[in-house]
Order: sequence, then C-alpha cells, then structure tokens
Amino acid sequence: MYSNKYIFIYSSIMVIIVAAILSTAAMLLKPFQDRNIAVEKMRGILSSTNIESTTNDAIKLYDKYIKEEIVIDASGDIVSNYENGSFTKGDIRAFDIDLKKELYNKSKKLNYILPLLVCEKDGKKTFIIPLYGKGLWGPIWGYFALSENYNKVVGVTFAHKAETPGLGAEIDTKAFQKQFIGKEIFNDKGDFTSIKVVKGGIDLIPETLRKHGVDAISGGTITSNGVSDMLNDCLENYLPYIKKQK
Amino acid sequence: MNSEKNEREPLFSFKNRKLLLNPLNKDNPITIQVLGICSALAVTAKLEPAFVMALSVIVVLTISNVIISLLRNGIPPRIRIIVQLVVIASLVILVDLFLKAFVFDVSKQLSVFVGLIITNCIIMGRLEAFAMGNKPWPAFLDGLGNAIGYGWILIVVAFFRELLGSGTIWGYPVLDKLGLYDLGYKNNGFMILPPMALIIVGIIIWIQRARNKDLIEEK
Repeated sequence: MYSNKYIFIYSSIMVIIVAAILSTAAMLLKPFQDRNIAVEKMRGILSSTNIESTTNDAIKLYDKYIKEEIVIDASGDIVSNYENGSFTKGDIRAFDIDLKKELYNKSKKLNYILPLLVCEKDGKKTFIIPLYGKGLWGPIWGYFALSENYNKVVGVTFAHKAETPGLGAEIDTKAFQKQFIGKEIFNDKGDFTSIKVVKGGIDLIPETLRKHGVDAISGGTITSNGVSDMLNDCLENYLPYIKKQK
Repeated sequence: MNSEKNEREPLFSFKNRKLLLNPLNKDNPITIQVLGICSALAVTAKLEPAFVMALSVIVVLTISNVIISLLRNGIPPRIRIIVQLVVIASLVILVDLFLKAFVFDVSKQLSVFVGLIITNCIIMGRLEAFAMGNKPWPAFLDGLGNAIGYGWILIVVAFFRELLGSGTIWGYPVLDKLGLYDLGYKNNGFMILPPMALIIVGIIIWIQRARNKDLIEEK
C-alpha cells in the first residue's frame, strides 16, 4: 500500500512536470500559431473578393490588394483610416480589431467601433465587412464583400471553430459560399433585407425574395440559422455608414 | 531493459505479433469491443478528418501506453485513473498545439474532436487493462495495434460515407467525373448524417462475424 504522503508528493510532482511541459510547448508554438491565424484571416479576406491565395503568398497579396482599412463608429463616421501602409487618420488598424469584443460592447450599449476593408482590384473597389456570430457548437465568422454600390454581394467566406464535420462545417466550402455571389442586401425600395439562409431551399420562398436568400445545408439547420443571424446582425451595424456614403 | 528482454524473447515473438494484429480484426476496439463509437460517428462524414483523427489517436494511444507502462510500478493504485487521465490529456493538448502550429488547415477541420480524444474510451481502456500491467514494448505494440484497429474502421466508414453522401473521395469529385449525375444519380444525403455511420459499422460487424465463426456467441 502507498502512504497518503507518497500519493500527495507523487501527484504534486506529476502536476508540476506536466504544467511545465505544456506551458513551454504552448509558449514555443505560440508565434507559429499567431502567424497562422493572421495568415488565415488574410486568406479569408482575400477569398471573399474572389482572390485565391496560398499560405505562402497571402501576406504579399493582402498588401497588394487591400488598399484601405477603415474604422467606423456606431453612427457611421470614420474614426481611423489606414491607407497603403500608413495612417491618414486615427491610429487603429481595422485588421487588428477584435470584432467579438466590439459586438459585445454593442450588446452592452457601450461605444463600439467597426472594421471595414477596401479592396481594389483591376480598378474596381469592393468593401469587405468582417462577420462574427454563433454556430451550433461554437463561434462562426467570415468576410462579406460588397460591390461599390453597397448592394450586390461580390463574394463571401465563412469559417467556424467547431461545427459538425460534413454538416454545419459545410459553410466553409466553396459550394455553399458560391450561392451568395450576385445576391442583394437591399430590396428594390432600398430597405435592408440582409440575406437569409433558407431551410429546404430558396425554391420554397416567393420569387421576389429569392435574390435575398440562399439554400441552407441539410443536417446543418442550426448552423445555417446562425449564418442568417450573423449576416443580419453584422451588416445592419454598417447601415448608418452606408447611408452617409450614398 | 530492452537487451535483457531480447535474450528472453524476440521483439516480434508470436505473442507480441498477436498484440499488434489481434486488435485489427478479431479483437477490434470498435467492431468487437464496441468502444470509441462516438468519434466514429462524428468525424467520418469526410475521409480527410477521419484520417487525421486516426493518426492523432495512433500517436496519443501509443505514447500514453508506453508512458503509463514505464510509470506502472510507481503509480499509486488509488489515483491511477487520475494519472492516466493527466497523461492522456497532456498528450492530446500537445497534439492539438502541434496541429495548430504546423498543419493549421487540418486542425481547423478537426476542430473540437482532437480535444475529445481525451474522452475516447479505447485509450483509457488500454491504459487500465494493458499498460498498467505490462512492459513498455508490449504496451507499445498493444497501443499501436488498437489505435490502428480503431483507425482503419474510421477510414472505411468515412470512405463509404463520403463517396455515397457527397460523391467525393478526399474532396475529389469522383462520381461527377464518372458522369453518374448525368445518368440521374443523386447523392444520398442520409449518408452524411450520423445514423448511417452506425449502420455502416453494423455492416462491417456483420461481414466480420460471417467470415470468422469464432466471434459468434453460443446461445
């Protein structure tokens, strides 16, 4: 039989050793992970405007195409502007904004700021709006690229932390995201409609609404609804800004 | 210790080979012992995540079996389950950190399921039933065998679910290239839902028992 003293010493030493190993590993690997996350973010942003990048050239392509990073406040005024690698106003880079925190501030009725990225490719501007919302198992996020008149969707990317592989996780596939291209977020009267993810397919809804909807994923209803909510909640924050630009 | 053992029995003696090969077939953790079913349902809708999952389980189970086997004489029996869990959990976190640092894309696909390896009953089961009472080399073989036994079932299930459910293999649209869709074929959406994984595992069990009469229970 082992004495209590032995058991206490044994477990204390074990815990200390394990803690040391894990924290060392976490610290050593952190720079790699941070870089991966930043590159992943850039790839998501580029991909939403249909620029395909690889892990290796993402940083270069990002610098080439994303000309402006604008930060706006809740009333739609520009707080900060980062253009071609230097600030012309303010000192916050839209790329570094933690959207989750800002949306939390919004829900608590505190001041919040929003990122908006401007991509310029072949003389055409697209506006990229970062998205953040809830899926079934964890957060989902993405980037939403709008055409110059702030109405037509140029492209969209979604990503997720923990959706079910093969079901909800399908939101990050091209097949799902392709459906959004050419859809519109304002109706003919100019009212904001967002884009709905429709369970059972858009054939079920009236024809006039079809340009504001896409097919949901079979077996991924909660994730699909999460995408709908995320689009609505994130895009509506930009309405004051869009109104001022028009 | 290894050289001393070498004198007594060769590294791949009949007994050791059985440790490695039995779990692949007639002692398979999924189809015979019916363990680890949960992840077999969850990650097998596509081939790639199933493959990486199998690989991660191989790494975790093999290494933790060896570690526990090395420690086995010092572990106080009263806290042995805790010690086993600590070893498994640390290894899983390490695997997760490495995946995130070096194969970020794959780690994104597997998401939460890497973390869930900790709760995979096969791993705890092998540590408790085998590694606690055996030397490191047999424990290594046992861990490797069981993990591969788990892995190949996962890959077979994922192959059929992806092929029939999404019409692709490893993301490559085979059925589309074969032109089956033009003939009126449609993907079976039911295949990507979890119940079909159970049915496929059931079919594997059926085939296995039909071929190996030893597995059939006497009434």
